[in-house]
Amino acid sequence: MTTAPTAGARRGPSVAYLGLHRGIVELKAFFRERDAVVFTFALPAVLLALLGALISGVYEGSSVTSAQYLVPSMVAAGVASTTFVNLGISVAADRADGTLKRLRGAPTPAAAYFLGKVIMMLVVTVAEVVVLFGIGVLMFDVTMPTDPSRWLTFAWVFVLGVTGCTFLGIAASSLASSERSAGAVMNLPYIALSFISGIFYTPISALPEPLLTVGSLFPLKWMAQGFRSALLPDTILTQEVVMSWEHARTAVVLGAWCIGGLLLCRTTFRWRGRRDG
Amino acid sequence: MTESLAARVRGLRKCYGHNPAVDGIDLDIVPGEIFALLGPNGAGKTTTVEILEGYRRRDEGEVSVLGVDPQQAPRSWRYGIGIVLQDVADLSELTVGETVRHFARYYPDAGDPDQVIDSVGLSEKTRARVRTLSGGQRRRLDVAVGVIGNPKLLFLDEPTTGFDPRARRQFWSLIRSLAAEHGTTVLLTTHYLDEAEALANRVAVVAAGKIVAEGDPATLGGRAGAEVTVSWDDDGVRRTEHTSDPGPLVADLTSRHGGTVPGLTVTRQSLEDVYLALTGSDR
Repeated sequence: MTTAPTAGARRGPSVAYLGLHRGIVELKAFFRERDAVVFTFALPAVLLALLGALISGVYEGSSVTSAQYLVPSMVAAGVASTTFVNLGISVAADRADGTLKRLRGAPTPAAAYFLGKVIMMLVVTVAEVVVLFGIGVLMFDVTMPTDPSRWLTFAWVFVLGVTGCTFLGIAASSLASSERSAGAVMNLPYIALSFISGIFYTPISALPEPLLTVGSLFPLKWMAQGFRSALLPDTILTQEVVMSWEHARTAVVLGAWCIGGLLLCRTTFRWRGRRDG
Repeated sequence: MTESLAARVRGLRKCYGHNPAVDGIDLDIVPGEIFALLGPNGAGKTTTVEILEGYRRRDEGEVSVLGVDPQQAPRSWRYGIGIVLQDVADLSELTVGETVRHFARYYPDAGDPDQVIDSVGLSEKTRARVRTLSGGQRRRLDVAVGVIGNPKLLFLDEPTTGFDPRARRQFWSLIRSLAAEHGTTVLLTTHYLDEAEALANRVAVVAAGKIVAEGDPATLGGRAGAEVTVSWDDDGVRRTEHTSDPGPLVADLTSRHGGTVPGLTVTRQSLEDVYLALTGSDR
């Protein structure tokens, strides 16, 4: 008998439709968990306020203060911490509490789950960026750009950065054997990269060459550089590694991480915990 | 032949390391029946069901669920099955209504969310967050999510573990009415005898990865034809006899004692005795 199952004749919902609705319920669930919301936003905000208040000085040949330089860099670090660290931990939690088991049985295509996470992360990080910009304007006299082309630059760097880091966060969550170990697994690469991507140690050109080379392989350095190019006057270019914002290269590196991250997700993603047999 | 069965399993084997969890199981599940896999914890029930649900890969054997091998099944195959999971703690911040409406979107032929919520008795909880539900309500929600796609075959894995007696009885009548209303085939695992007896048309007893008995819960293990135990006190000494026909023995005892027989008990083997003997847990 070669009769096809009758179920095969029925067409299910598309990946885009399910992904959009995953994004909506993920956002509802996220914003209802108040302590998670507060701490997600508080970490980069407190770091920016503290570090910005502790460092002083104006970069030579420009009017940019050390604190102002830190603002776009901390925005990049905040985006990375939310999309990579927090998201990776939440995917490990989804694996532990049965969310993924239910979704797989529902049935959910993996791509719809990923798309839902990307949508959630874009919304959450927009809110985070608003908070960090607010601190920059109120505490450190950062002026928001008026030129639309600068906002356009910010937008594409933001979308590529969030998407790439989200995929990497999902992929890296598979390294953690449990929800409890996920925090440690996700934080190590994030903190190490923050030091060698011109965020905690500024300006970026002051970094030793080997560390700079390693940092340049990862998306955080390029996201921070892209945000600086949108927010800071071009007179600060003397403090960059090369005398250019390198927009084309930024787009290539971030785009490559989006594609590579998605491929990593597809190949390493596990619906079940590693100890579930 | 395969197409007319809801599920067909032959020679199923699955090992974890060197330990066989499932050691050669055969099953035929007929459309419309409630079939129970009964056995103690660690007997291999959940592993068997998870292989049928497509969650785990088997080491050996043939499996066909709704005419398809779960290991190679397309996404559309899942539209025909419903899964009520064991111990999940997800969805806590969503409401009951949001949860059921959300999962209705996954199926091409979903039921009406409000009707399904009503059928599991959670209408009053539609706006309640999932984390505020009791264990029994939570399980009803899991059933609602399991049946929202109008499945042909519903899997229930130890659905009433941790319930109080009243919640268990309510849950049983829910499953019976859902199965009767939609003609849904149900594959249930449980380690409770009374649950298998209350719900199932057919029971397979599983022990150490094998099926040790299969049949109607009333006649399982030859219970209907089994011997009866008659016990009484004879001058302070406890006497016991086994017989297939207790009538003449009791009549004889009554006339010997001139009326009342001290400490007389007549007991038929209970399903529990059969079960304990079959699963080897009485040794």
